[in-house]
Amino acid sequence: MTRKGRRLTLIASALGVLGVAAALMAFAFRDNIVFFYGPSELAEKAPAPGARLRIGGLVKEGSVKRVGDRNISFVVTDTKKDVSVAYAGQLPDLFREGQGVVAEGVLVGPGQFRADSVLAKHDETYMPRDVADALKKQGVWNENKPQPAGDKK
Amino acid sequence: MIVEAGHYALVLALALAVAQAVVPLWGLRRGDPALMATAAPTAIAQFALVAISFIALSWAHVASDFSLTNVIENSHSAKPLIYKISGVWGNHEGSMLLWVLILVVFGAMVAAFSRAMPDDLRAATLAVQAWISGAFILFILMTSNPFARVFPAPIEGRDLNPVLQDIGLAIHPPLLYFGYVGFSITFSFAAGALICGRIDAAWARFVRPWTLLAWMFLTLGIAMGSYWAYYTLGWGGFWFWDPVENASLMPWLAGTALLHSATVMEKRDALKVWTIFLAILAFSLSLLGTFLVRSGVLTSVHSFASDPQRGVFILMILVFFIGGSLALFAWRAPELKPGGIFAPVSREGSLVLNNLLLTASCATVFVGTLYPLALEAFTAEKISVGAPFFNLTFGPVFLPILLLMPAAQLLAWKRGDLLGAAQRLTFAAAAGFVVALVLGAIHGGPVLSIVGVMIAAYLVVGSFVEVFGRIFTRAISVSTAWSRAVGLPRSAWGAAFAHAGVGVSLFGLAATGWGVEEVLSLRAGDVVKAGPYEVAVMSTQTLPGPNYRATVARTLVRSNGAVVATLDPARRFYPTRQMTTTEAGIVTLGLGQIYVSLSGENADGSLDGRVYWKPFVSLIWMGALIMAFGGLLSLSDRRLRIGVARRARGVAAQPAE
Repeated sequence: MTRKGRRLTLIASALGVLGVAAALMAFAFRDNIVFFYGPSELAEKAPAPGARLRIGGLVKEGSVKRVGDRNISFVVTDTKKDVSVAYAGQLPDLFREGQGVVAEGVLVGPGQFRADSVLAKHDETYMPRDVADALKKQGVWNENKPQPAGDKK
Repeated sequence: MIVEAGHYALVLALALAVAQAVVPLWGLRRGDPALMATAAPTAIAQFALVAISFIALSWAHVASDFSLTNVIENSHSAKPLIYKISGVWGNHEGSMLLWVLILVVFGAMVAAFSRAMPDDLRAATLAVQAWISGAFILFILMTSNPFARVFPAPIEGRDLNPVLQDIGLAIHPPLLYFGYVGFSITFSFAAGALICGRIDAAWARFVRPWTLLAWMFLTLGIAMGSYWAYYTLGWGGFWFWDPVENASLMPWLAGTALLHSATVMEKRDALKVWTIFLAILAFSLSLLGTFLVRSGVLTSVHSFASDPQRGVFILMILVFFIGGSLALFAWRAPELKPGGIFAPVSREGSLVLNNLLLTASCATVFVGTLYPLALEAFTAEKISVGAPFFNLTFGPVFLPILLLMPAAQLLAWKRGDLLGAAQRLTFAAAAGFVVALVLGAIHGGPVLSIVGVMIAAYLVVGSFVEVFGRIFTRAISVSTAWSRAVGLPRSAWGAAFAHAGVGVSLFGLAATGWGVEEVLSLRAGDVVKAGPYEVAVMSTQTLPGPNYRATVARTLVRSNGAVVATLDPARRFYPTRQMTTTEAGIVTLGLGQIYVSLSGENADGSLDGRVYWKPFVSLIWMGALIMAFGGLLSLSDRRLRIGVARRARGVAAQPAE
């Protein structure tokens, strides 16, 4: 094989591999992307029931109900709109009323969601009020500093 | 006082970095050996200064000096000593200081051990390294000063995030950073070579041990991170395709490709432009990882307090180094003459294919990780790309690598015999079939697991075909075989072990399909069946810890009635942060593990828990250890030892092509 032929083989195989990878990605993007909505956004965009989604917001105070052994229902709110979520399984350590939450699952109807996994958002720099006050007095605690939020995997 | 000394040392280190970044390059331009020779001593002095700075911060943490914001926010006087030390890098500022420390450690190591290198290449490499360390020291001083004081000091600190109060924090970040940052030195070598116009086989020989070192640490760091997530999150998972994990996987894939292409460059003087490009790419992806993790664009357990200013600064560093190096690459690379030629079916050809597949798989991870970020930035649409995407894209691209790996080792340089290689792998393929049949008969279960272990067994056996072929040529005596085995280059053994390690990890991954998971409420007296074992809950109680309160379920693991292990899975509540963590109870039995974790307390006093039997799961991380061991063997090869290569001096001293 000539030098030119070898180079062509090389380029062709490179393009082949990259083409396969690109095709796989295009294919995977069609079915394996999950959109994330807040309750207001969900009401506004109104995706068809059956769509796989992630929704996020605060767990509404007083909305968590346990039905039977492991069936749980709660309401996710952004204070304007609510979504009721049904979930069968164990809740993460940081799941609390009034705290942030992300649920992944399927939309069953308008404002009705069936979750198959629930992640609790937590504030890594959460601290008791008295410590916060003490630090505020010393000017360390900056109210305006954006507070981080992390997903607990 | 010690703290101020640490801060001052860091400022001095910045000044030295600037000197080291400028003077040697100026010397190079003027052809002045005295100016070039300043690079090595300044690199060592810079290391000493950053080390002083790091020790000062560690001292503040160990002594619980609550006049430092960094210590207040991340420490507590009641915290155990080990976490006071690891807490130094369990926060944004301290972790960046560790980053810089490792950067200058590598600079100092090049200064100390690479005396055989041509003076101009060494000067240029160290100068580029100083550009990087200077940029990051500036970043620390401007946006993330760990030495900031508070007056008056509070009496108590806010404690370290309980999730981080784990031995994993002492091991995982240093290992991972050694890997990440280790690629800075190959990047500096690449930039130095482009500046000096010395891109030849000798360069590849100088750079290969450093790549190997970084690759080993990155392998161990990723494996350790995965094991930490596995035992600390309580879900029994070990890889989540989380953007932060992907951020470490991308440099690993690029680094693995670099390791292989550097071999071709060293042995055959081919693939020069590509190797240089990979050296730039590997570190660029490390920088990208640092940006993703440290800028706050991602929210994960890894992102500490985020500050937009920091994100912008790291982004500027990213753009400067990636853009600058690619510009240098575009300017200098066309001057390279093509090297040795080879047939498509040859060792070189197989390594080219390896590189193509590795970079393509890296590209799938890259797109899957960055596409959601880009989409959110441009359209405010939030999406998540999870495991199904990566299984569908990364999986198929990586599969041929696994299948071709043993065959590639059997091909000769320049022109190989594919049929011959396939014949020599018959035994390995047969071994794969036997293992798949036996395990399939025992466990049944998903086809994917059976196919997975088949490929894994083929890979493990196939990896040693090449070295065994060199030892047992004909019917020979044991002593001849032994002396041949010892006489083989260590790098041949290293490659065999590293490749076998991939197979071992794959085995563990494939076997996850045979696992058993029970999610249930646990009470004292309950007995749960998990695979071949029985898990019995003896008692549940609340116990005090040094800075937490724990709910513990004393659990016995029994096999045919005999107790084989006692586990204490627990949930710990840390009052200072009002946070709860899960401490799984894990025992390794054979190669599998029984894993018990508690996830909640019910009103009736029972505990929500998960009980898993995970056969062969320990192989996932053992494989990584074997890969790193292979790297170590290769590193100990005389030919590649850092600082040896003196015999190559004659070659290196010739002007570059």
